[in-house]
Amino acid sequence: MSSEWPLWEVFIRGQHGLNHRHVGSLHAPDAELAIKHARDVYTRRNEGVSIWVVKSNDISASSPSDKGPLFEPSNSKVYRHPTFFEIPEEVGHM
Amino acid sequence: MYAQMVKTDSDRVKSLAEMNPQERDFQERVDRGEKIEPKEWMPEAYRKTLIRQIGQHAHSEIVGQLPEGNWITRAPTLERKAILLAKVQDEAGHGLYLYCAAETLGVSRDELLALLHSGKMKYSSIFNYPTLNWADIGAVGWLVDGAAIMNQVQLQKTSYGPYSRAMVRICKEESFHQRQGYDIMMKMAFGTPAQKAMAQDALNRFWYPALMMFGPSDKDSVHSAQSMAWKIKINTNDELRQKFVDQTVPQARYLGLTIPDPDLKWNEEKAGHDFTEPDWSEFFDVIAGNGPCNRERMNARVKAWEDGAWFRDGLVAHAEKVADRRAAARVAAE
Repeated sequence: MSSEWPLWEVFIRGQHGLNHRHVGSLHAPDAELAIKHARDVYTRRNEGVSIWVVKSNDISASSPSDKGPLFEPSNSKVYRHPTFFEIPEEVGHM
Repeated sequence: MYAQMVKTDSDRVKSLAEMNPQERDFQERVDRGEKIEPKEWMPEAYRKTLIRQIGQHAHSEIVGQLPEGNWITRAPTLERKAILLAKVQDEAGHGLYLYCAAETLGVSRDELLALLHSGKMKYSSIFNYPTLNWADIGAVGWLVDGAAIMNQVQLQKTSYGPYSRAMVRICKEESFHQRQGYDIMMKMAFGTPAQKAMAQDALNRFWYPALMMFGPSDKDSVHSAQSMAWKIKINTNDELRQKFVDQTVPQARYLGLTIPDPDLKWNEEKAGHDFTEPDWSEFFDVIAGNGPCNRERMNARVKAWEDGAWFRDGLVAHAEKVADRRAAARVAAE
């Protein structure tokens, strides 16, 4: 039985000026071929101007069970949003 | 459909009250329309059912390349050939999106392929029918991709995130497939009498196999009820089949072709067509491996996999050699 090609995560910049966005994953023996495969699998209709590939094993991710402790602290800090502050109408646009 | 008769390991659907807190929390998230993501907790039966369903769906995309690939070298014009090549390449891409979605559930690509090659996992019954002439390529695009779209559009709303995202991507590309098929049918149906006869013959042969794609009626099936509760199936097989018939009848009329069902007629009361069910004994026979092309399809798949082994291994050996050489150069530089 031959060994399975490693899994890569694919990120594509859709247009100049936008971030690379995760679009999916694929198998490839190395980074060079992962980019070529990504071209064929994820940009057949001109969806990209640039491709990043990263070995899936090299990605560290937050765990779903940590969702509370990680993200809850920002819930109580509503003053971080501009709408928290009321500005009198006479002051005009701010 | 592309996934037919997927089993769920349930003998009945549990009510919220019967579930343990973890199961209830999960079901409530699904009910609220939240997407479930790979590393989150999910019932084991949900995970297994999804592997079966997405795997079968992926296999169908890959095996589905074979009946059409048959005509790439024989397409009537260079333009038709380029279009068919692009379509078949899309099918490969769709298979890859789906395999990746299945892999997020903890099954490997090689395991899935081994299950397909050993016959333990199925692919859609439709791909066990032959494509005998060019009109068949038109009929496949029009009817088979048409039926596939009907199923896939609703699956964009499925509860499992990676599956849903694969479906969104696939649906964006799929309508090109159906339109190119209808375009071929128009050319044939409005061509010479001989061409029109070929188009009619293709419709005659593909009509009932296309209706079978949705699978037998599942209004009383526990598996379907469970899958619908989990939102990995959104409509019943009968609902989708009805929708497909209602959509296809005017398209056939425009072509001047006759759907091979003398009992097909509009039913004002249900605001849909009455039609003849396909022969389900034929369906079960095809699923059991006795369709016209089952053996040919599997032989072609297994041959491609085995003949490509030396090449896949060669690329891995090359990648390892390059990595070793880089590591050695780094050590030498230090």
